[in-house]
Amino acid sequence: MSNEPVFCQRFEISGKDFINAGKASTTIKAILREIGIQPAVIRRAAIACYEAEMNVVLYARKAIIELRVTPQEIRIRVEDEGDGIPDVGLAMQPGYSTASDEIREMGFGAGMGLPNIKNNADTLQIHSVVGRGTTLEMAIGL
Amino acid sequence: MTVRDVAIRLALGLLTESEGLEREITGGYASDLLSDVIAHSQAGNLWITLQTHRNIIAVATLKELAAIVLVNGRTPDADTLVKAREEKAVILSSRLPAFELIGQLYQMGIRGAV
Ligand SMILES: Nc1ncnc2c1ncn2[C@@H]1O[C@H](COP(=O)(O)OP(=O)(O)OP(=O)(O)O)[C@@H](O)[C@H]1O
Ligand SMILES: [Mg+2]
Repeated sequence: MSNEPVFCQRFEISGKDFINAGKASTTIKAILREIGIQPAVIRRAAIACYEAEMNVVLYARKAIIELRVTPQEIRIRVEDEGDGIPDVGLAMQPGYSTASDEIREMGFGAGMGLPNIKNNADTLQIHSVVGRGTTLEMAIGL
Repeated sequence: MTVRDVAIRLALGLLTESEGLEREITGGYASDLLSDVIAHSQAGNLWITLQTHRNIIAVATLKELAAIVLVNGRTPDADTLVKAREEKAVILSSRLPAFELIGQLYQMGIRGAV
């Protein structure tokens, strides 16, 4: 079997852009539906992607989301430029959040975003450099 | 029980189009934290909340929720309604606070997933 992507697309997203927040995830969901991916897998990919996208909107300056679909898996990479995460282990803990009061009033800040990604993706890798940015790479097997 | 049945019995206001009212309700979930709803709600649930901004539509769509029910007579932001139309999400509103509304839903037989 080949690892050649049958599909690859990139999306640019901006931090603090609450108007377009979630659009990349919605588009990715539509693409996966069009390619004929199983609904249960699409649901998981869309949730994981949405949480990662919202974290960029809330905590980073900008990011590139790359969607790659191969015959074996869906791979989503979210590479942002931002402050980075000082302690990834801590950030992964359910309930941990640095969201401001203003952000919390909008319903963010449960500290459940990264745990939701972990629960919906088959694999999740986080690489973060303080002062530079964070890269999330998640994969869901087909 | 459908979204329409509940809306009629509890005199909930319908803030979106009449599309989606025949959805079958599988249960309910109450929370004002979006990622908590993503983690714990089930497809077909009624979501009881006081959040009104546009991101509630993304959450309802991602989780395939039957309807969003706003409490305390809250009204959604204008762009929330636009987004709801695009995504065919249903928004209902109740004048009751969450505690009373959920009590009534529970009496009607609607349960959470435990
Ligand atoms: N891309 C990122 N850049 C910088 N910090 C981040 C990023 N993603 C997450 N974090 C940090 O990790 C914490 C936990 O993230 P997580 O998504 O789990 O929760 P949250 O965003 O605070 O709340 P929720 O996702 O439940 O609305 C955040 O509060 C933030 O401090
Ligand atoms: Mg988050």
